[in-house]
Amino acid sequence: MSKIHVTTTVNGDEVEFLCEPDETLLDVLRDELHLTGSKEGCASGDCGACSVMVNDRLVCSCLVLGAEADGAKVETIEGMADGENLHPLQKKFLEHAALQCGVCTPGFLVAAKALLEKNPDPTETEARYWLAGNLCRCTGYDKIIRAVLDTAAEMRGN
Amino acid sequence: MRYEAPETIDTAVSLLAGAGGDARVLAGGTDLLVQLRADMIEPELVVDVKKIQSMRTITEENGGFRIGAAVAGAELSEHPKVKAAWPGVVEAVDLIGSTQIQGRASMGGNLCNGSPAADSVPAMIAAGTMVSIAGPNGEREVPAEEIIVGPGKTSLAKGEMVTSLFLPARPARSGDAYLRFIPRTEMDIAVVGAGVSLTLDEGGTCTAARVALGAVAATPLLVQEAADALIGTKLDDAAMEALAAAASAACNPIDDKRGTKDFRIKVAGVLARRAAQIALERARGN
Repeated sequence: MSKIHVTTTVNGDEVEFLCEPDETLLDVLRDELHLTGSKEGCASGDCGACSVMVNDRLVCSCLVLGAEADGAKVETIEGMADGENLHPLQKKFLEHAALQCGVCTPGFLVAAKALLEKNPDPTETEARYWLAGNLCRCTGYDKIIRAVLDTAAEMRGN
Repeated sequence: MRYEAPETIDTAVSLLAGAGGDARVLAGGTDLLVQLRADMIEPELVVDVKKIQSMRTITEENGGFRIGAAVAGAELSEHPKVKAAWPGVVEAVDLIGSTQIQGRASMGGNLCNGSPAADSVPAMIAAGTMVSIAGPNGEREVPAEEIIVGPGKTSLAKGEMVTSLFLPARPARSGDAYLRFIPRTEMDIAVVGAGVSLTLDEGGTCTAARVALGAVAATPLLVQEAADALIGTKLDDAAMEALAAAASAACNPIDDKRGTKDFRIKVAGVLARRAAQIALERARGN
């Protein structure tokens, strides 16, 4: 079986890779590009730990084929901080202790960033529904939701 | 497995028709990739249709909307005109999975996956959706209720694929709604689903209605008796009771971990009535 040659953009950088036809974007990110921030939790689209942006849409990278990334714009957790400067969401997650083991955290951050870009002033209900596809088995969800709403308030300048 | 991403419907159909083994269409992949990874399917060929422009776009046509089969749920929800005309359909699609799933999952995929519990399907059947199919023998158009023939099975022949779904123009004083029962608030599979679409005349009498149920039989059901209970009435309590009874009577469900047979039969009537009430309020507002 011949590998597929894919040219894509990951976090603003043009990237080329070879992948098997049935290889997922998550596997490519982790194993070929060594971007291991995106995690594999369930591998069936239920847990959101592999959340990335593809062409400005929040998706589970475990449910995208690597071949589908050809010509696409991919953004991962690795592109979220600006060098050493953490994104406001990352700072607030630390401040609110909105993580324990950390496996769900990259997915939550990518999903929460997508929420705030679409809706800078979400209600708690809106935030909880938006993040319903991100599962956390450690903290429960309260600290995460508080961190997201606090970030939203700060980014709006309140 | 081979992966192909053609740019035209004709090429996609040729690839599908020419495949030696199992060939699958990849739209959003939210069912297909799960099945691939669980080794439930081992296709020889996967045809990604997302480079086919017409399958990615929503166009207005004869007062209705043609929705490309691979349009993602999030794209549909962001289309203000479709949402205004067919809120029940858009809400039903929006119930499928999480935000991440909405970024990929399509109406065409939800239909062709063939689940009796697919959320968007009762809503699209109630809406009178016409499904465009391309295949080796050309194109054909069939009502949405004729696609699913059993759990995971469709009436599509080898080499055929759904290219678009057409939601017809809305007469004045029309409304639709879809409700499902799940034991939680989000991220679950319907125990029962009910879609209702109806139209009123100037005096408030129901002139047209369609009622469809999900997860209460081997396929989603279009229930003519339930629609007949509404047509010609002002949707008073007696008509609504008759609708609920007809909906329950049409069910032929299974017992499983999500719900018992008796529970599904009872809830189908309740949900059909509640969905009809919402559709009625929407029709009065239009």
